[in-house]
Amino acid sequence: MESKTFYSEIINDHNLHPLHKHDIEKPDIVLEGVNPSCGDDIVLQLKVKDGVITDGSYVGEGCAISQASADIMLDMIIGRTTDEAIALHDKFMNMIKGNATEEDIEELEEAGVFSEISHMPARVKCAVLGWKTVKEAIES
Amino acid sequence: MESLKSRVLELRKDFPLIAGSNLAYLDNAATTQKPQCVLDAWNKYYESMNANPMRGVYELSEVATQAYEDARAAVAAFIGAASAEEIVFTRNATESLNLVAYTYGMQFLKPGDEFVVSVAEHHSNFLPWKMVAEKTGATLKCLKCEMTGEITDEALAEVITEKTKLVAVTQVSNVFGRINNIRHIADMVHAVGGVIVVDGSQSVPHMKVNVQELGADFLAFSGHKLYGPMGIGALYGRYELLEKTQPFLRGGEMIEIVHWDRVKFAEVPHKFEAGTVNAGGAVGLHAAIDYVSSIGMDFIHARELELTARTLEGMKNISGVNIIGTDEACDHNGIVTFTVDGVHPHDVASIMSADGVAIRAGHHCAQPLMDHLGVSSTSRVSLSFYNTEEEVDRFLTCLSSIRRRMGFGE
Repeated sequence: MESKTFYSEIINDHNLHPLHKHDIEKPDIVLEGVNPSCGDDIVLQLKVKDGVITDGSYVGEGCAISQASADIMLDMIIGRTTDEAIALHDKFMNMIKGNATEEDIEELEEAGVFSEISHMPARVKCAVLGWKTVKEAIES
Repeated sequence: MESLKSRVLELRKDFPLIAGSNLAYLDNAATTQKPQCVLDAWNKYYESMNANPMRGVYELSEVATQAYEDARAAVAAFIGAASAEEIVFTRNATESLNLVAYTYGMQFLKPGDEFVVSVAEHHSNFLPWKMVAEKTGATLKCLKCEMTGEITDEALAEVITEKTKLVAVTQVSNVFGRINNIRHIADMVHAVGGVIVVDGSQSVPHMKVNVQELGADFLAFSGHKLYGPMGIGALYGRYELLEKTQPFLRGGEMIEIVHWDRVKFAEVPHKFEAGTVNAGGAVGLHAAIDYVSSIGMDFIHARELELTARTLEGMKNISGVNIIGTDEACDHNGIVTFTVDGVHPHDVASIMSADGVAIRAGHHCAQPLMDHLGVSSTSRVSLSFYNTEEEVDRFLTCLSSIRRRMGFGE
């Protein structure tokens, strides 16, 4: 009996055909993020000019959830200010904890697909890896 | 074949968690489910026998002591030890292996000595020895295995020398499931005057193990992988080795005389069992040993081979699935580790979970082996006699759907 899984078309598509999985030239910030439970390991690269994230990417490997979440995250933050990126981070974390309103989830666009991850506690670390790393990168 | 299966359907009723669940529990190398008789024995100990063993002179304490020592005798008989004194109760195999490393290893290994650990060991039979090498200055050598898991004579000859004082190796790898020829390795180590430490975690629950026939000097296993409670394990040690070895932990119940300036430790094995012991756990383990003995280790081994063969046969026919080791059931002993092309093992395990199948994913506490095999992590299915053909088939059906469900074309 095949059950519906968390692996929606959105997640599979970002995992198999990521838009932002590559190196960028002369990044301003480079930071590695690691999730030892799955062995997910990403290196996040950002270009920031006048407080605006003008470009960003990641390289590395890991499970579909970590890779898709990082790709979706970059989709959302490129072109935004670092303050806006932090605000999105906070909304994402709230959603993972099950504390987000429907409006918040809507604002998270594709990243909203991870709202159900709160039912899979073993995989929460995979979903938040990209977001955690970007917050650390901005604040560093 | 049909008779093995029909007996299993009866035996499954002994396991409350299995009888009351639709989950296909295929993570038995991590821990096994518990039969009612083990739960009852544990309860009975605390309901009617509980006092601090080996302490009181009143009758209840004697009852508790007797129950605990009966369990020790049962373990000794089960693994073919020469006497009950050769069995030390611990929390688990990890503690048993640490005990040998911290005591025998630290006491007898010296700079200039060599000792050997296989690359396929669980971290619990590697990290304690790495520590011993760092602290004693003895040289730790790596015994390599083939991609099939096989330890060849060439590999053994390369690392076992006149200087070898100890070899630590698992009887059955928790990744390959392959049975190592312990007798053969023991003979080589003994020929140069060394000792062999065997990790029996994945062998003792699944096949007949006799420490004397194996030539094992030390052998460790966990109760919880043998249908017993968590928190109880055992270390077998040859009597003369235990006798000349210093204690591990110091404190209550492991002494004969303690004065400010003079201490005499208790006899083997009590000098290795400091503090109040896990008597309830030992009694539970005793019940588990009685239970598997009544089923018969030969039946258990045959049944698990039968299920392993079905698992491997099905896996061979699924494209994109790679089996670690050979595809012969006799090389797997109930354990099949694998990868799926393009899919991370944790995603494999999550999809399995959605379909009601529990398998393990990760590095299986054997990261040096993962490096040796050139993989970062893998998935593992591990079987017990109580699993059914239907459960294996559910695993196979799910496995054949995984690449499609992860967005790969058919």
